[in-house]
Amino acid sequence: MELFIQQIINGLHIGSIYALIALGYTMVYGIVKLINFAHGDVMMVGAYTAFVGITVLDLSIGMALLLAVIVCSVLGVTIEKIAYKPLRNAPRMWALITAIGVSFFLQSLIMILFGAGTKPFPSFASSPIKIGNLQVSQITIVSVAIAVILMVFLELFIKKTRLGKAMRASSEDSQAASLMGISVNRTISLAFFIGSALAAIGGVLFVVAYPQVKPMMGVMPGLKAFIAAVLGGIGIIPGAMLGGFTLGFIESFTKGFVSSFWPPATLWADAVLFSVLIIVLLIKPTGILGKNIREKV
Amino acid sequence: MLEVEKISVNFGGIKPVDQFDLSLQKGELVGLIGPNGAGKTTVFNLLTGVYTPTEGKITLEGKLISNLKPFQIAKKGITRTFQNIRLFKSMTVIENVKVAFDNRINYSILDRLFNNKKYKDQEQWLHEEAMKILDIFDLGEYAEEQSMNLPYGKQRKLEIARALAGDPKILLLDEPAAGMNPQETLELRETIKLIRKQFDITILLIEHDMNFVMDICERLVVIEYGKIIAKGTPNEIKHNERVINAYLGQGA
Amino acid sequence: MKSNTTTKFLAISIITYAILAACMETGVSNGYISGIIVSILINIIMAVSLAFVTGYLGELVLGHAGFMGIGAYVSAIITMNMDLPMFIEFPLAIICGGIFAALVGILIGIPALRLRGDYLGIITLGFGEIIRIVLNNLKITNGAQGLSGVSSYSNFTITFIVVILTIVVLYKIINSRQGRVVVAIRENEIAADCVGISTFYYKTMAFSIAALFAGIGGGLYAHYHTVINPTSFGFTLSIEYLIIVVLGGMGNLFGTILAGIILGVLNEALRGFSEYRTIVYSLVLIAIMISRSKGITLQTIKSKFNIKLPTKKQRQEFASKGV
Repeated sequence: MELFIQQIINGLHIGSIYALIALGYTMVYGIVKLINFAHGDVMMVGAYTAFVGITVLDLSIGMALLLAVIVCSVLGVTIEKIAYKPLRNAPRMWALITAIGVSFFLQSLIMILFGAGTKPFPSFASSPIKIGNLQVSQITIVSVAIAVILMVFLELFIKKTRLGKAMRASSEDSQAASLMGISVNRTISLAFFIGSALAAIGGVLFVVAYPQVKPMMGVMPGLKAFIAAVLGGIGIIPGAMLGGFTLGFIESFTKGFVSSFWPPATLWADAVLFSVLIIVLLIKPTGILGKNIREKV
Repeated sequence: MLEVEKISVNFGGIKPVDQFDLSLQKGELVGLIGPNGAGKTTVFNLLTGVYTPTEGKITLEGKLISNLKPFQIAKKGITRTFQNIRLFKSMTVIENVKVAFDNRINYSILDRLFNNKKYKDQEQWLHEEAMKILDIFDLGEYAEEQSMNLPYGKQRKLEIARALAGDPKILLLDEPAAGMNPQETLELRETIKLIRKQFDITILLIEHDMNFVMDICERLVVIEYGKIIAKGTPNEIKHNERVINAYLGQGA
Repeated sequence: MKSNTTTKFLAISIITYAILAACMETGVSNGYISGIIVSILINIIMAVSLAFVTGYLGELVLGHAGFMGIGAYVSAIITMNMDLPMFIEFPLAIICGGIFAALVGILIGIPALRLRGDYLGIITLGFGEIIRIVLNNLKITNGAQGLSGVSSYSNFTITFIVVILTIVVLYKIINSRQGRVVVAIRENEIAADCVGISTFYYKTMAFSIAALFAGIGGGLYAHYHTVINPTSFGFTLSIEYLIIVVLGGMGNLFGTILAGIILGVLNEALRGFSEYRTIVYSLVLIAIMISRSKGITLQTIKSKFNIKLPTKKQRQEFASKGV
């Protein structure tokens, strides 16, 4: 039973990180219908920025996080302006390839700057809080709290503010939105700005949880966060959160709980993830919270 | 030959088609009219299996078809055109027609790989038949052009030609004259008369051009808000008060 | 193929083969270069087969390397466990690898092909990764270590012949009634359905043909490198093939072949830049896409991936109607 609850806590922790990264995928896909393959690498750049901030610039973790947010949001908007914007009216497959190109670029850039190897991230050992027999690390509590607060803010921003409404409108129908006087360019920039900032935070929370950095570290979490976005219903903000947490739970349960009586479960954890994705897509092609769209004939 | 019994379709509470009845006799030419948004195209989508009716049933020559998929219904003998032209744009004009012939040839990939007689004979036959149909529509000279480069009126004609290539018993035409100039409409009228003669076919058509409909159709069905409000000969419909209020009264 | 196309293609193939073989014989090209040539040839098999589904059928597939992995493992296991002369067991193994991959393709295609566009891409990505994880965990595939000591049967000549066969077969399929229907489905699925085409049947067929050739490519790969492990067939490799297909102009077999060659050569040419290689490669890739040189040919899928704009004529038509 303790193990079970422990896994719920672990699931919340990693799930909150996936959710933060997934939000960026979902916002971008919602508006420009692009699977932004470079998003996981933006998260990686965020982790490296924090790494430099702490080890070289001697910043506190809070300041390092802020630095990562600034660097990544600027990076995200710049990538969109330089690499994606020219292809907005091109076949979608081209933009996809460009995104892959950007992903390669960021990985190799970091590889040149920092080397291909793994580097340890300064760890923040803190005494875990004990509740009965359960141990909850402060890192987990802080991570989940940050993620939840950010998501609430994002949801409020999207629902209540003018800019947020403009984003939702562009996501529903960007042509109609632009006819109604919404600057689609600005909305897209905003989506990249917010998405990349969240990815930076996700990246920092990720390296704090798994204290090491390497150039390819964004690939798997990026892929999983993307799956989270699809699982919840891509283009839908609460869907990304739901998908992120679902994925976190599945992962921590297969790795931590099922493996306690069937050891190979750890090896199959990712296969379970992908199977869940496939099953959900087959039952509900647009994701858990997605709306079914009927093609007009 | 086609019996439609009280079909309805329900999209999350909205019923674009409600208790629709229709009976088509062999060789008839029937018009389906009604104001915009009345559910005419939805009726076509139900008849061709693009949507499945939530209530009621459709039978073709006594066999239930309302549970079938579009390609199965097409094989049984109902083909159609689309309001917003759906050609295979980057393919040539003749290829568009050849695709629709696919159920009438059956050579396998292996036949093709060895370029054997079966492959050659069937492709030869296919080419001749496709040209025959194109010639009926005066499209023969455009056979090798990309279909999206045809002028609008000819694209509509090509769509009809393609629908006929499947050798249907019933042909559904969704606004065949839309976007045509008067000259083209006149030609279309002649073409439809011609294909009725040549193909021994039943036609159901949706059209807004009242002169066209009144001239060509033998019988009309009028729908509004998904429900039938009148049936009868063009002359009866012209003088039907409900129809005049609902539709013709709009100044058409 | 039309007879003059066939002759031209065969002539070019024979000349290419003769030149390459002569280079290898006379020692102009060393073992290292022949290795690159064989790699490019295998990439061509993979890319043209992917082009068949992604370019001609118009469906995004992000798990093509998974089928290659299946073919590689199945064929390697066969030759490792059989004790027959090479000229019997090698073709047998390659064909079995291809067929097995095609069967898995059908099994995956039946559920997956109900989805379209990006969703199909994602689901094939998922299946591709599952294949890799399965290879990573089975006993018969020797887990993460993979198989080593696979007989070194593939060579330049055999690979070249298989490439030519693959191209000829795909070309003929594309120019058959089946290929015509596949393109029609890409152009307008609903219209194809309404003229009596079982779109599902043809999509599954196209998908399994692509998997068949990917499996064959995998078999050649395994018997050339003699060492295979699950990480060789991951998502990144699928992406590499997709890049070739897109650069090659999507629905264009010969563009794909050319793109495969150019990218392979580029990759090698950049080796001089050592660690800057991938950065230059990625910049070139982005630059190519942005400058819209569109790969090698201008033929692209308009209806499926492009935003639907009326043609010039339609626009004039609308204008004349005052819409």
